[in-house]
Amino acid sequence: MNAALSIMIFDENRIRAAIIEEGLREAGHTHVVVLHDIVGLARQIEIIGPDVIVIDIETPNRDMLEHLFQLTRSVRKPIAMFVDRSDSLSIEAAVEAGVSAYVVDGLRKERVKPILDMAVSRFKAFSRLQQELADAKSALEERKIIDRAKGILMKSRKLTEDEAYALLRQTAMNEKKKLADIAQSVVMAAAILGS
Amino acid sequence: MSFIPTGIDQHKSGLTAPATIRTESAKLVRAGFIPLVDAAVLIAASEFGFAAREGIQIDLVKDVSWANIRDRLAFRQFDIAHMLAPMPVASALGLGSNPSPAIAPFMLGRGGNAITLSVELYRRMQEKAGLAGHEDALTNAKALKLVIEEMRAKGEALPVLGMTYPFSSHNYELRYWLSAGGLHPEEDVKLVVVPPPMTSDALSAGAIDGFCVGAPWNMVAVSREVGRIVAVKEDIWPSSPEKVIGARPEWAEQNPETLSRLIVALDRAAAWCDVSDNRRELAQILAEPRYLDVPFDILHRVLVGQFTTDPNGTERTVPEYFTFHRQGANFPWISQAQWIFSQMVRWGQVAYSLEAHRQVASAFRPDLYRNALGSRADIPVTDVRIEGNAEDDVFIDGATFDPEDIRGYVASFPIRNTGSGTTNQSDV
Repeated sequence: MNAALSIMIFDENRIRAAIIEEGLREAGHTHVVVLHDIVGLARQIEIIGPDVIVIDIETPNRDMLEHLFQLTRSVRKPIAMFVDRSDSLSIEAAVEAGVSAYVVDGLRKERVKPILDMAVSRFKAFSRLQQELADAKSALEERKIIDRAKGILMKSRKLTEDEAYALLRQTAMNEKKKLADIAQSVVMAAAILGS
Repeated sequence: MSFIPTGIDQHKSGLTAPATIRTESAKLVRAGFIPLVDAAVLIAASEFGFAAREGIQIDLVKDVSWANIRDRLAFRQFDIAHMLAPMPVASALGLGSNPSPAIAPFMLGRGGNAITLSVELYRRMQEKAGLAGHEDALTNAKALKLVIEEMRAKGEALPVLGMTYPFSSHNYELRYWLSAGGLHPEEDVKLVVVPPPMTSDALSAGAIDGFCVGAPWNMVAVSREVGRIVAVKEDIWPSSPEKVIGARPEWAEQNPETLSRLIVALDRAAAWCDVSDNRRELAQILAEPRYLDVPFDILHRVLVGQFTTDPNGTERTVPEYFTFHRQGANFPWISQAQWIFSQMVRWGQVAYSLEAHRQVASAFRPDLYRNALGSRADIPVTDVRIEGNAEDDVFIDGATFDPEDIRGYVASFPIRNTGSGTTNQSDV
């Protein structure tokens, strides 16, 4: 009963899959297989016979897996996660994080739960990371545009850098707009007016 | 707050009279759906005020797979969902990876599916069987048989055909069409699941050679010049069950009033969807990114039944390709749940037993439909009938289905799963 669990991760997002894989290995799981492509998935499942399959809830390929499980003659049919529904908080957390999973019927819940909890927290961490990356990108874009606006003002209004920045900020406050939006307008106006 | 029946007059006038004015806040119903044209009644109920008139606010949530729909209904994230008619039947039988009970008190209309083959495969059928292009669905199936016999003789790989879900009308319709033409769906072709939005890509990449899915994906494949429509749902069995509104039984029990009002709202929305003058507006709303995100033109042509079946411009008109309300299109016949069961038995998904036969009857709930809508001329008074027995409702092979004799019905098909045959279904 204490044999190592075999875990399969199916996620078309390679980075996220790698993050989950790493987490599982850190937690001492040695039988972890990662697949990114639907092609060959059926054969892999047949060969490996995983106890747990972790899958991205946003992939329409779940229906393909359902078909596969329906055809399998094996006794160890996989069932959707938490079919006993006693743990609604975990289910909610999983769906919100975008995780879905299949677990071989009969496997004790205590053995599976840490794996799913791990997948959920790594999925969440990944989304957070993506959001931070997007934020950082847009912050960088904003800085660039503000610098350009400052340059335009310094040249056309003969201001120092500090004065140009103060003017932008004052205008933003007066107009109740974001500094970057005002800077964007300055850059656009300069482009149109050819100054 | 009590549900006040909307009365006979309103039933007669149909759509104009609003329901009782309600002062209490609208009851929220969370509904999952898959972006397909047959979600139209649910979407129309929400978008065109039919739900609001009944004091209901439908919170529509788009999803990507039937497995998600099933699980999120089971895990109480949805109250109701747009579902394949065989899904509640499968659950009642304990089939699938999460057989959580679901009931179907309302059918979302008739029609919508079609079978499309790759242009290449169809051209070969034309050559082999001398098809001109306007042949009926059965002739097309027989032509496919000739080509497959040739493929076998030459040692070529057999065609791979896609459908949407193991417990889907598409699975059973595709199998019905193939076997009517003399082909064994488990020996002469390979069946795989392909999510509907991916069917055109899979076809053009050569991963599949054909598919059976709902609208608009067949038309999309033709417009992309990769597919050729060879049969529509009407050709196989016009009144065959398609999508339903599925609900969790305990939600239905705890919210009888909301469910009743919802059925009234869906009934009005379905009648509205059937008016041909409304189909343009319907296509416009369905085309929006939050719903189907498919070009308006394709949706409109699908809704009015104007098909281009072949990239060469061959046209076909199927005026009743979608029937949302007429002909009792929303009535959940228990005999149709039993027909689905018969196909599950036919293809070895479940063994026949009297107990199973009884369980199936609990999946469709005509009693809830009647409770909500009262007695009306167009609402049947019985729950069971012989299917395929009306002049305008015949099966492609002319068979009729008597729900009293499911075993005899299954045994009458020369092509079926006998439990021993080879299966080439498992690898993808």
